[in-house]
Amino acid sequence: MAGMIRRLGRWGLSFFERLGRGHLFLLEALAGLPSLLSRPGLVVQQLYSVGVLSLLIIVVSGLFVGMVLGLQGYNTLVGFGAEQSLGMLVALTLVREMGPVVTALLFAGRAGSALTAEIGLMKATEQLSGMEMMAVDPMRRVVAPRFLAGFISMPLLAAIFSTVGIYGGYFVGVGLLGVDAGAFWSQIQDKVDLHEDIYNGVIKSLVFGFAVTWIAVFEGYDATPTSEGVSRATTRTVVHGALAVLALNFVLTALMFGEI
Amino acid sequence: MMQSKTVEIAVGIFVALGLGALFILAMQVSNLSNLGGDDGYEVRAGFDNIGGLKVRSPVTVAGVRVGRVAAIDYDDENYQAEVILRIDPRFDAFPLDTSASIFTSGLLGEQYVALEPGGDMEYLRDGDRITLTQSALVLEQLIGKFLFSQADKE
Repeated sequence: MAGMIRRLGRWGLSFFERLGRGHLFLLEALAGLPSLLSRPGLVVQQLYSVGVLSLLIIVVSGLFVGMVLGLQGYNTLVGFGAEQSLGMLVALTLVREMGPVVTALLFAGRAGSALTAEIGLMKATEQLSGMEMMAVDPMRRVVAPRFLAGFISMPLLAAIFSTVGIYGGYFVGVGLLGVDAGAFWSQIQDKVDLHEDIYNGVIKSLVFGFAVTWIAVFEGYDATPTSEGVSRATTRTVVHGALAVLALNFVLTALMFGEI
Repeated sequence: MMQSKTVEIAVGIFVALGLGALFILAMQVSNLSNLGGDDGYEVRAGFDNIGGLKVRSPVTVAGVRVGRVAAIDYDDENYQAEVILRIDPRFDAFPLDTSASIFTSGLLGEQYVALEPGGDMEYLRDGDRITLTQSALVLEQLIGKFLFSQADKE
């Protein structure tokens, strides 16, 4: 019994310790951002590895998600004679939910895990302490540019995902299933609101980008400097990132669209 | 490390693609293109009951959308709902005695304001008021009337 309480206490302490460390880390990383103004090259390099290299998976997934939405939506709507509303269904689903959420999940898997592994390995091979030795602050040199790049990439990737998805739905709905093209677009334009749907989608993807990049960079920086520790940190990034995205999505959706 | 020029070009293309996608979402997908901004003129109409009419509901003439509901307010002098209709500047020739009714599109669709032009020689201008209005049909009232008419027959 006493042992159980002791374990619980240790678990609680380490949980709060990590939580506190994570937030202090975030503050340090944010404090490192202004120094990037003098070295934009670092951010461009990271935008390449975080954003450009994620582009392929985002475009392909967006296309297929949109096509599946078109197919499934058509099959359901045709039962009500409402297949004209297919465009609205595809566009609203993508812009409000699927775009930001699926992009963030893929982003956590593709870019987040890479960030964690890279920083974790830097730590394991003592490159980070080497930098400190040379009076280079790793927070500014390594963490801050990756953080900023993730924050910038997410909304762009989510917008690409949604746009490609809508064209995927258009291809299936209009091209293959014979929905009227004019009705497809007019329904979309009638129901998708610039402020309510598109701005909120962008806000969602910004929040997700912030959360996923923070988790990824922190896990890497906080990893146990062994090969096992790095692999565990990478797994944690994907799992915690996905959980954070899904939980945040519920909160944001309730705030934006819900009437709770 | 890759040559920095290639990296920069790739990042530039990526950012341009992302912004382009946002632009398409804003222009092609959202209602920005048919909002028409703030131009157009406003006409008021008082209804006894607006049912489920909402701000941004369509305003149609002969089934063609000519504007949207800009605002809904309550007028506590006449005990009426005050609906402000914003009408596209292209459609500027509605006679003064145009009437407005609230209809439902389809069986379960949303409600909209239908205008029916009258025969007056003067046209509606910004700030004018439509006096001939017909309220939304509320299902409960219809059922109530029906029941009363049945009771009267007996």
